[in-house]
Amino acid sequence: MSSIKIKLKEKDIAQIDEICKSFNNEPGELINVLHKVQTTFGYLPAEVQDVVANKLNMSVAKVYGVVTFYSFFTMIPKGRFPISICTGTACYVRGAEKVLDEFKKQLSIKVGESTPDGKFSLNCLRCVGACGLAPVVQVGEKTYGRVSPDLVKDILKNYE
Amino acid sequence: MAQQIKMHLLVCGGTGCRASESDQIQASLEHELKVHGLENEAKVVTTGCFGFCEKGPIVKVIPDNTFYVQVKPGDAREIVEEHVIKGRKVERLLYTDPENKEHVADSKHMGFYRKQIRIALRNCGFIDPENVDEYLARDGYQALGKVLSEMTPEDAIKIIKDSGLRGRGGGGFPTGLKWEITRKSVAEKKYVVCNADEGDPGAFMDRSILEGDPHVVLEAMAICGFAIGADAGLIYIRAEYPLAIKRLKIAIDQARNYGLLGNDILGTGFNFDIELRYGAGAFVCGEETALIHSMEGSRGEPTFKPPFPSVEGYLGKPTNVNNVETFANIPPIINKGSEWFAAIGTARAKGTKVFALAGKINNVGLIEVPMGTTLREVIFEIGGGIKDGKKFKAVQTGGPSGGCLTEKHLDIPIEYDTLIAAGSMMGSGGMIVMDEDDCMVSVAKYYLDFTVEESCGKCSPCRIGNKRLHEILETITKGQGTMEDLSKLKNLSHVIKDTSLCGLGQTSPNPVLSTMENFWDEYISHVVDKKCTSGVCKSLMRYVIIPENCIGCMACARNCPVNCITGERKQVHFIDQDTCIKCGTCLEKCKFNAIAII
Repeated sequence: MSSIKIKLKEKDIAQIDEICKSFNNEPGELINVLHKVQTTFGYLPAEVQDVVANKLNMSVAKVYGVVTFYSFFTMIPKGRFPISICTGTACYVRGAEKVLDEFKKQLSIKVGESTPDGKFSLNCLRCVGACGLAPVVQVGEKTYGRVSPDLVKDILKNYE
Repeated sequence: MAQQIKMHLLVCGGTGCRASESDQIQASLEHELKVHGLENEAKVVTTGCFGFCEKGPIVKVIPDNTFYVQVKPGDAREIVEEHVIKGRKVERLLYTDPENKEHVADSKHMGFYRKQIRIALRNCGFIDPENVDEYLARDGYQALGKVLSEMTPEDAIKIIKDSGLRGRGGGGFPTGLKWEITRKSVAEKKYVVCNADEGDPGAFMDRSILEGDPHVVLEAMAICGFAIGADAGLIYIRAEYPLAIKRLKIAIDQARNYGLLGNDILGTGFNFDIELRYGAGAFVCGEETALIHSMEGSRGEPTFKPPFPSVEGYLGKPTNVNNVETFANIPPIINKGSEWFAAIGTARAKGTKVFALAGKINNVGLIEVPMGTTLREVIFEIGGGIKDGKKFKAVQTGGPSGGCLTEKHLDIPIEYDTLIAAGSMMGSGGMIVMDEDDCMVSVAKYYLDFTVEESCGKCSPCRIGNKRLHEILETITKGQGTMEDLSKLKNLSHVIKDTSLCGLGQTSPNPVLSTMENFWDEYISHVVDKKCTSGVCKSLMRYVIIPENCIGCMACARNCPVNCITGERKQVHFIDQDTCIKCGTCLEKCKFNAIAII
């Protein structure tokens, strides 16, 4: 999935250790541990999974299996401004695909990628529950409703 | 002080309205009240979803029930100065009836609310979800008190059985029966699980209940715990629902402080406590066994039933799993009795159902109607018909497991069995309306796209079969499909349905089969005529120049990214179909309506 190689610092390992301990190093708490670790590091690179597996006393394969199973976990760092396009059915029938295409065009990246400067990343998500505002786009915490392809440029301008 | 409060301004704090700055409306209203020294007379309350998301953000004034729509933070001053101080309604913020163009002040006179009966949503939009006292004021925890002090577990189960309540998460299994089976399973530890892993794209009823009325779920889980003999409850909730998680946490803390959760509840000796477990984005985790594996920290893969979770569930112990909306029905049933509940709905489906109405419809929102209401009533009366005066084409119910229903199904009453008979299903209650501009082959492909991504991969029919279905649909939408592909599509769909392990695979071909059944013509026109009549499938579209309108300005030719448009100045241009990539730039640039899509 990812070929990014990173080297963890002592302090990072200590942080992961602390998170695992807060869940009593219980293997059954793996998903909760991964949630916490991802919140701390922004993503779950292989090196981080290695440490988690070690602390919870389980195989790296099991950790990797869980990380790759759930779409909420990512092995690729997100951009400073993560863009998520809702592709739930309500947004889909109201033109989410065209909005997505426009973001791809404007940023010259594909879904799941980040811009080379690390500023934006592009992802799809399924239904944020704001179907009245379809199609919906989230940039970080901010939600934009009734987005049309010609509004995409204006949205991106807010982050210059 | 509280007695002096004469007026309440309810501001919707649901996700949709929040996204339209309802938190700023609340702050502005509070600010204006302060400026006018009215903070002891009127109070601003953030509530859960009112349901009428299309017209959000919504502000409702109590006691006169004035319902303001599409309010902006800048309107706060006028609401306070006109309505709160002078008692005059702000006309321009009232809902306008689309039929007679008159302002409607009270929500119960609006077409959107008139046919609704609210049981599961009864507190959403009425109470502050972060304040347990408001829940208590609306009979909150009364049902729990009643069960603990007056009933045996068997009594409680009997009431739920007699009410005829069936699971609202999709399967429609009788809730009382599930409780009874779990009660009869002998074990030293049992669990109550609330399934709040709402995964259907376009369904947001569970989140609205959790955001608008979190205590109802806690109360119902405690009742269930008493009935089945469990002292531990777990709520499995999507990590993507931060607001719902926040409000649940607040609610659990408040309930513990009031002695409504924890040890010796209400002094009856009954112990019950609730913890949260987070999902991480996997549709299949809505399936009971997958959900349980996920709670145990593993991949959310389903396992074969039996054993059912009622016998062997979380950590191998008997576990009763119910969905959020199912739980939300429990306290009212206990309070008002099983006859009251059974009198609503139809012979085979009792009570109400919440639907998330979305898509090409005028009134997008969350609605609750008695079972047996027809699709026509929902779409045309409550939903206000199709957006922009277009023609109704289909309604998709049941999410990725459901099917597309058409004009001819509009008058069937909505029930579990009637929807299945029509080739769809109730599901969790997503209802997406489509109009003439939607291509049904593409819609089927959209759902398969979803299933392929969400299939857990454990069993091959679902993992490989759905992928093949998706590929065939891709071929058809590209204009390369054959009649043989259509029969393959149908056969494979049946094989997947018959041989998949869990509900996901057993229902995933439904969107394909139902669109083939109801929109066969569209499949044929894609395959035989190589045309997409809705103009959705790019590969089947052709951009052509209308010679009468073309003045030869060259705007299209200059902007075409692949230089496929030829023609001299002031002469009719020509688009080379073999080179055209169908980007639509020429159509955008032409100022003379000289380019058409055929």
